[in-house]
Amino acid sequence: MEYKDYYQILGITRDATQDQIKQAYRKVARKYHPDVSKERDAEAKFKNAGEAYEVLKDPEKRAAYDKFGANWRDGQNFEPPPNWDAGFEFRGAGYTGGDASGFSDFFESLFGHAHTDQQRQHVFKMKGEDQHAKILISLADAYFGAKQTLTLTRPAVDTSGHVKTTPHTLHVVIPQGIIAGQRIRLEGQGLPGYGGSPPGDLFLEVAFQEDRLFHAEKRDIHLTLPIAPWEAALGATLTVPTLGGNVQVKIPPGSQGGKKLRLKGKGLSTGTQRGDQIITLHIVVPEANTEEQRNLYATMAKTMPFNPRSELGI
Amino acid sequence: MTEQRIYIQGMILNEETRCTLAELCRLCGVSAELVHDMIEEGILSPDGHSPQEWLFTFVAIKRVQTTLRLQQDLRINLPGCALALELLEELEELRRLSRRN
Repeated sequence: MEYKDYYQILGITRDATQDQIKQAYRKVARKYHPDVSKERDAEAKFKNAGEAYEVLKDPEKRAAYDKFGANWRDGQNFEPPPNWDAGFEFRGAGYTGGDASGFSDFFESLFGHAHTDQQRQHVFKMKGEDQHAKILISLADAYFGAKQTLTLTRPAVDTSGHVKTTPHTLHVVIPQGIIAGQRIRLEGQGLPGYGGSPPGDLFLEVAFQEDRLFHAEKRDIHLTLPIAPWEAALGATLTVPTLGGNVQVKIPPGSQGGKKLRLKGKGLSTGTQRGDQIITLHIVVPEANTEEQRNLYATMAKTMPFNPRSELGI
Repeated sequence: MTEQRIYIQGMILNEETRCTLAELCRLCGVSAELVHDMIEEGILSPDGHSPQEWLFTFVAIKRVQTTLRLQQDLRINLPGCALALELLEELEELRRLSRRN
């Protein structure tokens, strides 16, 4: 079992007052709340903070915890000494509040379990909890639609009242034209209900993997297309990648860098909603490495009356 | 031997699909009173004039669920949740723009 340094988790010293503990907890909770924070391990930090506060806000639990001394480090292997809790009154009282489903083994072995036997004797009926998860999908899967197998970890309470995480495997249809931020609701795939009540639902929120070429903005797919100066000046028909495969695109003569071309329906479309691919032209100037190449540019400079800075008045 | 896999077809929660007050309450496990309060606070803005006619986009489900979590976890009241939701959406938009550049 790993020791948890509840003071370190809340960023306070061991002599913090109860008020300081409360303030530190509120600050950490706001910072790492999974709805607010985009940090990768925000949810774990939020749960750790909840666990730390659960112990430190209660003077009795805090005093018992403090008895282990200040020399333990977070994550260190730890076994509580026998009868460590003699003289304290919280044993068996379980939790006083908060969402206890994510509390650590460390917490559980010291302060008890979420469900005491007494509680479970009641005829207790409640719909299972909803579960939320993020899924990362490729732009191609969103474009064509796909089938995906996901493995989620979910907490489950075993017969002795211990909370364990178990893997839960699901095969899910990713519909064509789904976009980032949209959610898929899978009815009855959340946590099991209590006392014969139905299970909760599972909500999958879609996010896209980074793509080397494309990026999505709502339903539109953006691509930067590098072109040569003569292709921009004279016009050209070029092969352009889209999520659905290569297509031929006509670049009109006299196109400037930054010009946008729209390929209708080549974005993330559904039966009723259309997404386009937006191409932004990026003119790449070839280097002049040989005498002949330098002469070509020099000829251009001579024969083409052109001031790119006329708008600046110079 | 090939394993027979059953793929689950979920319900897509997007701007196009709409649900009634009763459906919203059932989906989120909340009371109609709370939905009323959220409308008053501007957290939800359904189409339709009376509760019987109200139609919510499925994006409303996310707003209700986020509001519930913010209330429970951070003890934010409804006006505070309304403000937090607006700021979070603005932040999301800014993050999207900065990723682009």
